[in-house]
Amino acid sequence: MESLIGLLLAPPLLGAAVLLLGGRRLDRVGHWIGTALAATSFAVAVVLFADLLGRDAGDRTLTQHLYSWIPVGGFQADIAFRLDQLSMTFVLLITSVGTLIHLYSVGYMEHDERRRRFFGYLNLFLAAMLLLVLADNYLLLYVGWEGVGLASFLLIGFWQHKPSAATAAKKAFVVNRVGDIGLAIAILVMFTTFGTFAFGEVLPAAAEGGATETTMTLIGLMLLLAACGKSAQVPLQSWLGDAMEGPTPVSALIHAATMVTAGVYLIVRSGAIFEAAPDAQTAVIVVGAVTLIFGAIVGCAKDDIKKALAGSTMSQIGYMMLAAGLGPIGFVFAIMHLVTHGFFKAGLFLGAGSVMHGMNDEVDMRRYGGLRRYMPVTFVTFGLGYLAIIGFPYLSGFFSKDEIIYAAFGRGGAQGWILGGVTLLGAGLTAYYMTRIMILTFFGEKRWQPDAAGNEPHPHESPRTMTIPMIVLAVGSVFAGFLFNLNHAFVDWLSPVTGIAEGDSPVSHLTVSIAATTVMLIGVAIAWLQYGRRPVPDHAPTGRWVTRAARRDLLQDDFNHAAFVLPGNYLTRGLVYVDHKLVDGVVNGTAAAFGGLSGRLRRVQNGYARSYAVSMFGGAALLIAVTLLMRAV
Amino acid sequence: MSPVIHPYTAAPALLTQAQERLEAPQIEWVALSPTLIVLGAAAIGILVEAFAPQRGRYLTQLLLSVLGIAAAFAAVVGLAASGYATTRAEIAGMGSIAVDGPTLFLQGVLLLVGLVSLFLFAERRLEPAEHGRAVDSFTAQAAAVPGGPAEREAVKAGRTTTEIFPLLLFALGGMLIFPAANDLLVLFIALEVFSLPLYLLCALARRRRLLSQEAAVKYFLLGAFASAFLLFGIALLYGYAGTLDYAGIADVVAGSPAALDAGLASTMGNDVYLLIGGALLMMGLLFKVGAVPFHMWTPDVYQGAPTPVTGFMAAATKVAAFGALLRLLYVVLPGMRWDWEPVLWGVAIASMVAGAVIAITQTDVKRLLAYSSIAHAGFILTGVLAVSEDGVSSVLFYLAAYSFVTLGAFAVVTLVRDAGGEATHLSKWAGLGRRSPLLAGVFSLFLLAFAGIPLTSGFTGKFAVFRAAAESGAIGLVIVGVLASAVAAFFYIRVIVLMFFSDPQESGPSVVIPSPMTTSVVGLAAVVTLVLGIAPQYFLDLAQQAAVFAFR
Repeated sequence: MESLIGLLLAPPLLGAAVLLLGGRRLDRVGHWIGTALAATSFAVAVVLFADLLGRDAGDRTLTQHLYSWIPVGGFQADIAFRLDQLSMTFVLLITSVGTLIHLYSVGYMEHDERRRRFFGYLNLFLAAMLLLVLADNYLLLYVGWEGVGLASFLLIGFWQHKPSAATAAKKAFVVNRVGDIGLAIAILVMFTTFGTFAFGEVLPAAAEGGATETTMTLIGLMLLLAACGKSAQVPLQSWLGDAMEGPTPVSALIHAATMVTAGVYLIVRSGAIFEAAPDAQTAVIVVGAVTLIFGAIVGCAKDDIKKALAGSTMSQIGYMMLAAGLGPIGFVFAIMHLVTHGFFKAGLFLGAGSVMHGMNDEVDMRRYGGLRRYMPVTFVTFGLGYLAIIGFPYLSGFFSKDEIIYAAFGRGGAQGWILGGVTLLGAGLTAYYMTRIMILTFFGEKRWQPDAAGNEPHPHESPRTMTIPMIVLAVGSVFAGFLFNLNHAFVDWLSPVTGIAEGDSPVSHLTVSIAATTVMLIGVAIAWLQYGRRPVPDHAPTGRWVTRAARRDLLQDDFNHAAFVLPGNYLTRGLVYVDHKLVDGVVNGTAAAFGGLSGRLRRVQNGYARSYAVSMFGGAALLIAVTLLMRAV
Repeated sequence: MSPVIHPYTAAPALLTQAQERLEAPQIEWVALSPTLIVLGAAAIGILVEAFAPQRGRYLTQLLLSVLGIAAAFAAVVGLAASGYATTRAEIAGMGSIAVDGPTLFLQGVLLLVGLVSLFLFAERRLEPAEHGRAVDSFTAQAAAVPGGPAEREAVKAGRTTTEIFPLLLFALGGMLIFPAANDLLVLFIALEVFSLPLYLLCALARRRRLLSQEAAVKYFLLGAFASAFLLFGIALLYGYAGTLDYAGIADVVAGSPAALDAGLASTMGNDVYLLIGGALLMMGLLFKVGAVPFHMWTPDVYQGAPTPVTGFMAAATKVAAFGALLRLLYVVLPGMRWDWEPVLWGVAIASMVAGAVIAITQTDVKRLLAYSSIAHAGFILTGVLAVSEDGVSSVLFYLAAYSFVTLGAFAVVTLVRDAGGEATHLSKWAGLGRRSPLLAGVFSLFLLAFAGIPLTSGFTGKFAVFRAAAESGAIGLVIVGVLASAVAAFFYIRVIVLMFFSDPQESGPSVVIPSPMTTSVVGLAAVVTLVLGIAPQYFLDLAQQAAVFAFR
């Protein structure tokens, strides 16, 4: 069975190579090749999952050691995979949602002449993401981490003829770079401290106090920085909204269901490190809580349907991050929410894509309205996803979110009350912004407008390749939570890897559920009062300062501009001054010196055999002289 | 032990005695089979030249050479599989040839390099056909005066120099012996056996024949000069030790001399002879690897020689010569380590720095690669200076990695052509990436490997040699190496920038579509470069297992 692990990665990797190198002759079948290979990977995942289920709970870790990369001296970088319950969960999520979104893209990208390349990138992403979660050491994880970053960059900027897409890709790249440096530093510190990269050695050593708390805190904070970059958490959240410039399937797969959750994976996987560094753990919780509210507020104000959903993604990952920061009380529920969120958010994005597909790529919700009659399948599947995310009782979001709220109270004391309050508030905001999206898109009267070319929209249901994935994901959004909670199935499955602890909650499970449902209903009601009862203006009213700020992503870019770009500019200007006056002299001097040296040395090479012979003779004499001299002294 | 007979002092009576005791030498046919097969094929190749009709020679020679090299490679693999490289070693040929790990590893690499070069030699689709016949990169008739009537006649008659195949095989045969030589005389003979065919091959370019002949003459003159130094060093060492056998000399160096030879009483055991002899010997080998200050021939010869020959020479000579240098330093002269180490430090640093710095201002691709090879000689010397088993294995790996990158790079150079033949001036390469992205991409891969960027074989090799050197305390050398790598990266990447980010020239060169032979060479080199960068473990293990020299 171990040898199957590599087989998970092989199909998408092969697909990426074939599709990207294959050239135009593959244009007609490329998308089906890509989809088939993603499905193959999913099939292998199912086989492995069945095998793991057949084993004892304590015996569900498979490792496959392929080879060592440059095993010289004490440096050991293994190309090795580790499949345990945690990575298996991710593998199933990635391959299943991945396959569905491949299928969806067949229809969605039908009219794009670069469709083959798109599928090549998607396969590349799958391979990198699988590598990320299957790696058995931090170095290999880093390879996958950079790989998904690359795929994300390529896909956000896929429509590179649009300047906005090119800029968004660049922004995602630059912001992610900040996080990646954090991961690099964390890995370097880890290696110098423990002398290894392997999970199997670093984590036990961390748990046994193999390093001082300061070191562990440093590693933890650096890992958190990395997670913030990849998962779009405050303060590195600014790229996610712009990333919606990419094709919608990309937003669904990479920027909702899988890649952006890699940060949560990193934190949960490194649980032992955070357990040994309470300060870093607190930082994780703070980041999660802040982002939870931040993303929700942004989501409330956006009129662009994808950007509103992006704000929601940010906020939901904030939930996961917060849960991951709680330690063993929250690990399992962070992952559970991650999985259910993967289903309903991917479904919501696909629904949004389907709407855009029918509306001439219009994204402004103020120009939708009344679409439920024209796109019934999209309406129903989107609606089920909507009910799941707001935590409607007995749908998947209800289970996973309530568990996180309960775990937040379980932190105990004042912190418990604050975190519990924040998560409850978040639940209300979620209900509000999701209801707003729902009403603006599918209810009310038509506010359609012709696009820039003057074409009237003719909304229609999307083709079969697009609706099937939406239906499957909707079914998942409805039942996943219930199935997970049947006999504590999910908790029992995951807890051997992540550990589990009962929190110290001042309130009972039932109270939490009632409170969350109440808050949710309030949110829905407010949204309905605002948008359902009154006609929606097709241009956004000016609004109060909060709304205006939220529309500008709570001034994140203004903040970055003021905090980093301006000082950066001044710094550069200063440096340029110093550079001109001081460094240039040195640098140009060095360059000139090398150039001059090169030119002068070159002149020795005059082409005459006789002078070459003389130089050899001189060299030989020098050699002998030095040898004799060394003996003499 | 009977006293060693010295011809100048021995009495006639003793001589007859000696002759009576002379026995037929015992030859270990199996252990020596790789070399014997290659030399045998070369000899048959000469017969083919003499007796086969002109028309069929090309194909016959090509097949013969491929079969010969493949059979020799199979023999190497067979020897290694029967444990020669790891569990047992043999000093064959009356103590003159060592069949051990390093020998077999390097012979394997050399044979592969030879095979790959053979395909470049045999390529006949690059030059435009002359008088309806496909021609290769070699002159129609070497003996004809360039541009003279004899040459025109030869071209008209459709002559081709099929002698290149036996010449290649002879050179290869000598190279196979060179790193295996366990006796100074065998070392010298092997040196000449592989050098002489190379001098000839350098002179055989079809285009720019004068440049090619000039290169050959220079190479020959300077090579002869270096050989003389080497021979002088051998003589001095013989005077010092009274024997030419590696193990015997090592014994004397280590302070346990064999019985004193009356005829050498004045010199034996005198360290001055050892020091001067050792230095001259090293110089002879450093000339072959192209290390500073014995590097002057490299750029001129690399530029003038036909490009397939340059590729072969650049890759194979380095492998063979570094093999011999390793054996000399690790088997014969470990006792005078403290004497040669500082000297080689200087040579390594000078090579790395001078190679990298001078390459900056080069404008010709082949000369650029020549200076890069000088810098790489310095990097490899860094591994040699580790003086440890890790050092040996890292050098073995580096040589294997480097030779394939080099062959690939020169193979690409043969493809970029304009009306005047190969367009080697760098300015003509501007914008190549826009016209032939695939070719420029592969060439960039080779350049990145030269620069030592991770995930290419160049990085693995450099990492291994620097690591080995650092672990044995040669930190200073490693620092210089890393700095020189940084300087070198500049000019490698400059070429990439030139290819991809400059506008193509109006009358720029075009990329010729070659036969599958050159295509497969380029492809193989690219694959090896990537595999040795991404998954090098197997090959590192192989080098590790092969890193023990047989001593006796």
